[in-house]
Amino acid sequence: MLIRRPDDIPSSEITREADYWNRRKFMGAAGSLAVGAALGLTVPGRLLARAPAGRRPGQEDELTPLEDVITYNNFYEFGTGKDDPAEHAHLLRTRPWTLEVDGEVHAPQTFGIEDLWQRFPPEERVYRLRCVEAWSMVIPWLGFPLADLLDIVEPTSHARFVEFTTLLDPEQMPGQQRDILPWPYVEGLRLDEARHPLTILALGLYGKALPGQNGAPVRLVVPWKYGFKSGKSLVRIRVTRDQPRTTWNVVAPREYGFFANVNPEVDHPRWSQARERRIGELRRRPTLMFNGYADQVASLYAGMDLRRYY
Amino acid sequence: MTQGQVVRRLVKPAVFVGAFVPLALLLLDAAAGDLGANPVETVTHRTGFTALTLLMITLAVTPLRRMSGIGALATLRRPIGLFAFFYATLHFLTYAVDQTYLSGLGVSPAAIVEDVVERPYITVGVTAFVLLIPLAVTSTKRWIKRLGAKRWQRLHRLVYVAAIAAVLHFLWLVKADLFQPLVFAVVLAVLLGARVVSRRPDGPRRRREPPRALPTEPTGLSSRS
Repeated sequence: MLIRRPDDIPSSEITREADYWNRRKFMGAAGSLAVGAALGLTVPGRLLARAPAGRRPGQEDELTPLEDVITYNNFYEFGTGKDDPAEHAHLLRTRPWTLEVDGEVHAPQTFGIEDLWQRFPPEERVYRLRCVEAWSMVIPWLGFPLADLLDIVEPTSHARFVEFTTLLDPEQMPGQQRDILPWPYVEGLRLDEARHPLTILALGLYGKALPGQNGAPVRLVVPWKYGFKSGKSLVRIRVTRDQPRTTWNVVAPREYGFFANVNPEVDHPRWSQARERRIGELRRRPTLMFNGYADQVASLYAGMDLRRYY
Repeated sequence: MTQGQVVRRLVKPAVFVGAFVPLALLLLDAAAGDLGANPVETVTHRTGFTALTLLMITLAVTPLRRMSGIGALATLRRPIGLFAFFYATLHFLTYAVDQTYLSGLGVSPAAIVEDVVERPYITVGVTAFVLLIPLAVTSTKRWIKRLGAKRWQRLHRLVYVAAIAAVLHFLWLVKADLFQPLVFAVVLAVLLGARVVSRRPDGPRRRREPPRALPTEPTGLSSRS
């Protein structure tokens, strides 16, 4: 069992490729610990400390290693196992790719993926991602505010919601060959949520274009909501008058609300949302209201009963 | 070799080796760092899946013995049943460690009780595990004698309840893709159905047979050959 020494990794840098492999040794140790713990053996406390994965200046959260970000995914279009997306995403063709933006707008437009990169030069945003399954990551996205794109298409006075549609193509997305969910995947936001400065369209992560399993070539990222709200591999953004019929809400309305704001006080009917396992850590940590973005977003929901509108 | 010898000399050792393969793979993957981004989840899933699979195989022994007429197959039931219990124990302990030492809340028996009571899929999962405990304990010949074959057999019918609870546990925890738990549900339905069918025509007579036949009848964690 090899445990790397903490001082091997420069904590100020993005984790380099070699480091992803080194950390496997740590995870091996962690895995043995889990098995050992399951067998009732004593776990030396010091081994639970995780090798640092790097941190951005001014950020308190340690980045989740790239290897985990691109191998542990929920993207049912490529299969329901966590490792299925990484295995099958190579089938996805992201060039050419167009994103249609229409609906209640004065100037509907179709953007080629290159247009998006040119017209909206992406900036890095390090966000916490909290999955509804009670695990979380910290990901350095490359993206731009969705509001910038909405400004260009000019929503009409009737605009109240925004709908996001994922690609439908069972050949590129083999998971769509089974009726696990009603395809294509549709998500939605209220217009004010969509225009919030934290809401971005991501084109990349860790300084490069998005890998297929993370929603290439363009995806939504709404950091204060559970991960399923952030639609991947988007082909259409439609501004609407009525609340969009969003996929998980249609499938299991009692379990997945339209809002799906991260909220440690409102449990999923089948499991607790009070705590989460940060990927790379063994011990769970408390989940924060609005995933820690309450200062920025709580005002969007002033006066709303968050137990009712979960 | 007779059929009985094949079972005793070849099949039985193969079962012992085979039952350790999932554990060996888990330990090898752990040592190599191949348990993925969420090792606790991986260990939980793999031990649970193995326990459920072995439970189904245990339940398949008696129907297979009846169809094939190879009485010696009955000797496989106890070891496979105990291996199922072994993996169920690992599965439960992983969950227990996750809910205590790794919960981030400290070790609180109250918290684990609350989780078991409040979450239906945990409730049925723990029920399945708890039901297997008396069966594992009483799986020896001594316990058959002590309880008497009839009572022992009745006790060991709990394995049906445990298996149903275990499949329900799996069905209840998945989010949308019911394929795997439904496969287990169908297999279990076939295995239980096979017993109903084989009982019906001569059921009443069978019960009056001399006790000699009884220890080979019960399904689950039996010790007799």
